[in-house]
Amino acid sequence: MSTPSAGSDLPAPTPLPYRRPSGPGRALVDGWVVAKRNLIKIKRVPEILVFVLISPIMFVLLFAFVFGGAIDPGDGVGYREFLIAGIFAQTVVFGATFTGAGLADDMAKGIIDRFRSLPMSPAAVLVGRTTSDVVYNVLSLVIMALTGLLVGWRIREGFLDALLGFGLLLVFAYAISWVMAYIGLVVPSVEVINNASFVVIMPLTFVSNAFVPLESFDGVLRQLVQWNPVSALTQASRDLFGNVSASAAAPDVWSMQHPALYTLVWVLGILLVFVPLSVRQYSRAGG
Amino acid sequence: MTDMIRATGLRKSFKEVQALDGLDLAVPEGQVLALLGPNGAGKTTAVRVLTTLLRPDSGSAIVAGVDVLADPDGVRARIGLSGQYAAVDEHLTGLENLEMVGRLYGLGGAAARRRAAELLDRFGLTEAGNRPSKTYSGGMRRRLDLAGALVAAPPVLVLDEPTTGLDPASRVQMWEVIRELVSGGATLLLTTQYLEEADRLADDIVVIDHGRAIAQGTADELKAQTGGERVEVVLAEPSMVGAARAVLAEVASGEIELKAGGRELTAPVAGGLAALGHTVSGLQQAGIAVLDLGLRRPTLDDVFLSLTGHASEAPAGSPGDPDSAETEEALR
Ligand SMILES: Nc1ncnc2c1ncn2[C@@H]1O[C@H](COP(=O)(O)OP(=O)(O)O)[C@@H](O)[C@H]1O
Ligand SMILES: [Mg+2]
Repeated sequence: MSTPSAGSDLPAPTPLPYRRPSGPGRALVDGWVVAKRNLIKIKRVPEILVFVLISPIMFVLLFAFVFGGAIDPGDGVGYREFLIAGIFAQTVVFGATFTGAGLADDMAKGIIDRFRSLPMSPAAVLVGRTTSDVVYNVLSLVIMALTGLLVGWRIREGFLDALLGFGLLLVFAYAISWVMAYIGLVVPSVEVINNASFVVIMPLTFVSNAFVPLESFDGVLRQLVQWNPVSALTQASRDLFGNVSASAAAPDVWSMQHPALYTLVWVLGILLVFVPLSVRQYSRAGG
Repeated sequence: MTDMIRATGLRKSFKEVQALDGLDLAVPEGQVLALLGPNGAGKTTAVRVLTTLLRPDSGSAIVAGVDVLADPDGVRARIGLSGQYAAVDEHLTGLENLEMVGRLYGLGGAAARRRAAELLDRFGLTEAGNRPSKTYSGGMRRRLDLAGALVAAPPVLVLDEPTTGLDPASRVQMWEVIRELVSGGATLLLTTQYLEEADRLADDIVVIDHGRAIAQGTADELKAQTGGERVEVVLAEPSMVGAARAVLAEVASGEIELKAGGRELTAPVAGGLAALGHTVSGLQQAGIAVLDLGLRRPTLDDVFLSLTGHASEAPAGSPGDPDSAETEEALR
């Protein structure tokens, strides 16, 4: 019999047969291992890639040809040109759904338990997931940009400015990924995540200047649109791509006067709140 | 003896359910402990606490010399877990799965790769090693999951129902793998609903029900608790009961029982085969025809039944005994 008794000892901690990296470097090293695992999935399930690439193309074409003629942004820039940055913003923000759905799937399949039983950084799974989703977003941005160029969109500022514009889009989407990561851990169901993301992201992108000029909103709605970070993101991208006419002055609110800065403030705020929140939720997942 | 796993007074409740209700466990170094209990007994909850996946409401646990609550990361570096449901990534190949686990334990790229190949070989998965694990059978997936627990050659292994859901052939294969593992010196905690499995693999068995240990011992010790061997006779003619009872009385060490149906007699015996032989000749001399006659050793199913008053939910479970309530009384 081996009931716990005073007679039996406890061993000294068994020595480890290998050396593990420690500190914040470990979150990155382990995070990269997890990101690679997520990226392999793109290779194995090419349908995902098709979806990732087709839907942005569809968006660009739909908006350009269906609404393209109907709405006049009224400042000398054609609607198509006005629209593209909005579609970029909407698409990359929607891309965050992948983060939530991926984590929910891993929770449901017990993979998160496997990870949590390993001596890895508790941030690694989230770092890895959000990182691999940046790759998805890069792919869809490239495809959308090419489609945009085909239908008449042009980069009218410098190439470097345009890169900054893409960078800003990716950084903002990255922050939203951490929000969806949190939701994915709290509600571990892929279906629920897809619906939840729709409910959150649709209003966020439609109550903005992504598809309709700011000037066409009134009253309270106007206030919401002005301070909506997606509006700032879109405005900043338009500025950086040179998709605003020189004559039109930016709306007279701070968020629209400094859209890139305002966007970055949001990015920082979201990360400061949702990184610790998500890591904590991960650490206590399932119990 | 040194305890590689020791848990004291573990309690955990989920809303109204008391999943663990003061569980104590100890597994000495190099030994196998089976945590045996029906569905919902609290096995998985115990495993999750010991492997740092779940914080208990109260109680403490030391695994491989490291406190589970104070240094969970230290525990994770020293254990290998194979959970109740195989947690392998279906899109990764077997090799990629193991390589990833190796990297996350902290092995370098080359070392992780080498170790992965070695384990695939050991588990008979080399051929399938470059296929996504989605294409694997249940048994293969389970073995891959177990291989994942071994990547870092941890001193303590925890397997939660390693054979549940496997077909009989895969189960036997898994038993072999597990036995081989332990012969390598690892300390193993395994949970099971199969009494036979605990009997085959474990040095020591803790029977758990409603989050509490209700019995502990070797398979033999547990069997002894149910009162040892019995001779069972099924008569061709119910009218011969009286004569048969007289024959059995010569070998019985306790009360002879007549079972429902009126043609089956059971007598507890001390002498085993000798008692059986005596019964056979006695019945022949008296000219009593029998349909069936045998020496019945208690299985662990009987143990479970006698301890809990209800049959275990293992498929191999024995039919309910009318005398179980009585035995339960006697044991308390
Ligand atoms: N996460 C949970 N939430 C609520 N109840 C749970 C949870 N996990 C386990 N339980 C309950 O705790 C009891 C013990 O469960 P478990 O440890 O899984 O048993 P076993 O592994 O022996 O089948 C069961 O009644 C189960 O329903
Ligand atoms: Mg279980």
